[in-house]
Amino acid sequence: MLRLSHSPATDTALKLVVAAMAMFAFVFVVMVPLYNVLCDALGINGKTAGQAYTAVPAAVDESRQVTVQFVAINNDGMPWTFAPDARVMRVHPGAANGTVFRASNPTEFEMTAQAIPSISPSRAAAYFHKTECFCFDQQALAARAFAEMPLQFIVDQDLPKDIHTITLSYTLFDVTQSVTEGLAVR
Amino acid sequence: MGDHHHGPAQGVTRWLFTTNHKDIGTMYLWFSFAMFLLGGFFAMVIRAELFQPGMQLVEPAFFNQMTTLHGLVMVFGAIMPSFVGLANWLIPMMIGAPDMALPRMNNWSFWILPPAFLMLASTLFMEGGAPAFGWTFYAPLSTTYAAPSVTFFIFAIHILGVSSIMGSINIIATVMNMRAPGMTYMKMPLFVWTWLITAFLLVAVMPVLAGAVTMMLMDIHFGTSFFSAAGGGDPVLFQHIFWFFGHPEVYIIILPAFGVVSQIIPAFSRKPLFGYASMVYATASIAFLSFIVWAHHMYTVGMPVAGELFFMYATMLIAVPTGVKVFNWITTMWRGALSFETPMLFCIGFLVLFTLGGFTGLMLSIAPADFQYHDTYFVVAHFHYVMVAGAVFSMTAAVYYWLPKWCGRMYNESMGKTHFWISFIGFNITFFPQHFVGLAGMPRRIPDYALQFADFNMMSSIGAFIYGASQLLFLYNVVATIVAGKPVREDKVWDGAEGLEWTVPTPAPYHTFEEPPVVPKPAGTI
Repeated sequence: MLRLSHSPATDTALKLVVAAMAMFAFVFVVMVPLYNVLCDALGINGKTAGQAYTAVPAAVDESRQVTVQFVAINNDGMPWTFAPDARVMRVHPGAANGTVFRASNPTEFEMTAQAIPSISPSRAAAYFHKTECFCFDQQALAARAFAEMPLQFIVDQDLPKDIHTITLSYTLFDVTQSVTEGLAVR
Repeated sequence: MGDHHHGPAQGVTRWLFTTNHKDIGTMYLWFSFAMFLLGGFFAMVIRAELFQPGMQLVEPAFFNQMTTLHGLVMVFGAIMPSFVGLANWLIPMMIGAPDMALPRMNNWSFWILPPAFLMLASTLFMEGGAPAFGWTFYAPLSTTYAAPSVTFFIFAIHILGVSSIMGSINIIATVMNMRAPGMTYMKMPLFVWTWLITAFLLVAVMPVLAGAVTMMLMDIHFGTSFFSAAGGGDPVLFQHIFWFFGHPEVYIIILPAFGVVSQIIPAFSRKPLFGYASMVYATASIAFLSFIVWAHHMYTVGMPVAGELFFMYATMLIAVPTGVKVFNWITTMWRGALSFETPMLFCIGFLVLFTLGGFTGLMLSIAPADFQYHDTYFVVAHFHYVMVAGAVFSMTAAVYYWLPKWCGRMYNESMGKTHFWISFIGFNITFFPQHFVGLAGMPRRIPDYALQFADFNMMSSIGAFIYGASQLLFLYNVVATIVAGKPVREDKVWDGAEGLEWTVPTPAPYHTFEEPPVVPKPAGTI
């Protein structure tokens, strides 16, 4: 048995202190990364991959069509206009598709935004591949500027047959402050 | 060490520098009672506002501060320290030890508590007001949208977390190393067992809570994005971390209560506890299960069906060991020579009402039904049945049961019984109607409500004032007992009581078991 001290009571106490510190570390080094890994791997929580998908050659499933709906939401206090070019698309699983979202900055100063995607139903997230997405990067817009932001995606041909509609929602966050603060620190 | 038979030091330094487990236990108990009154005052403000529909007394922002502080003060200031105080007083006396294993750390773990709660209460007077995000402090309410006082709240949580961890380490070190010869683990009184298991739970999960508030602190002040979606974090992660702490926390609160009831029911049934070993294993099973059920608090966040099913079945499983315990308590009373002194009344009240709270818990565990019940007054009714009628009733029973041993004076029995009946009736008038308004859709934590809930809310408020007032009677009874109660001189204050704490003189001297006692065989064993 490992002994940390001469007194048995102090020994027990020291071991428990180590256990408590280990649990504190566990939150940071296990729980948080594990949560992110699990959400990525299982596609739960409606999260899509944060990086571009490399398309693999696959047959297009002409036998069925899936409805893809696009939703654009401004987070609390975000002044940009932000909307999808097309609200609904009908696509074949396996086919490459593209659309754009339009954003404009009506204010008198430069701003930076970050779009955060979410898929519903969440189990469709693992089958929704983005080969290109504006959400992979932050978007900077000068005062009164306008931008078309591209999205390229493939719905996996293995998408469960009972899913007929996928909703892709983007929430646009104002990250101007954290970007400028980050620059100030550097 | 000098003279072993000296009494306590005189004056305020006795309390500041004491390392005596009885002094520290007393301070914990008085502190927790003060917090119970403070948290109770916040509850009275809530119920006064909800007495009638419409805005009556306070601003909605202040109402939110009241619900938040009521929860925080009751959980961390009243219930948890009260059971730590009980542990300090009783565990050394129950296992035949002269004191706690680490007396100086014991002093520290108490004395950092009052500053923490002073700081928490002072947020009420800060610009932007006190924390107003509920006791569960979900991000981003507690990060992006919080008042500046949240930083003080975080520091207070850190301090009381450290206090709890030190207290638990002390209890484990005491139980594992300082039992009298012959006091094997399976001879320990159940109160000691439940506290040993509780202490392990505390060591495991209080650091998780500390981690959660540390992440909040970093998100607020250091530009991280643990819980901010804009920076790649996830607010749902907060809920997972919080409830990974929060679910074991509810067993941290209730397990020592189980221990108290398991001491008192046999004493007034004049029979040994039925199924001692199964009680120990049931407690351990509940502790284990508490780590794998946390997401039943968050059925509505959008988990996969497989997750909902897992957490639903795991939660329902807890009913099995809990059922074993309830069965054992009832079987202990079965054909016993029952008498109904105040501690026993509170234990029976506990048994009835806690079981009712357990049943509503089972209803809430059903994931598809929970979507309807989530964040309604049904949940409020459920957790007050298990927290108040569970933890607070058993704590009250403990005070009546052991007070004569502590101070050598008997409390006023008829006043105690009056306290019980007013508490029992007041409690039920308060919380029973909340089941109905909850099922009918009244949301919790909102200062106003639709007109059809008016009658039940008025009942609830009247019940709350009755219940609150009855605690002042309790305070009076305890003070009157200490000052001028009828002296008791028998070692064994209650004729049916068993355990080493009843073998020391009454009132319990400042130092007990300086020589280890001979451990008697429990009654009913060969």
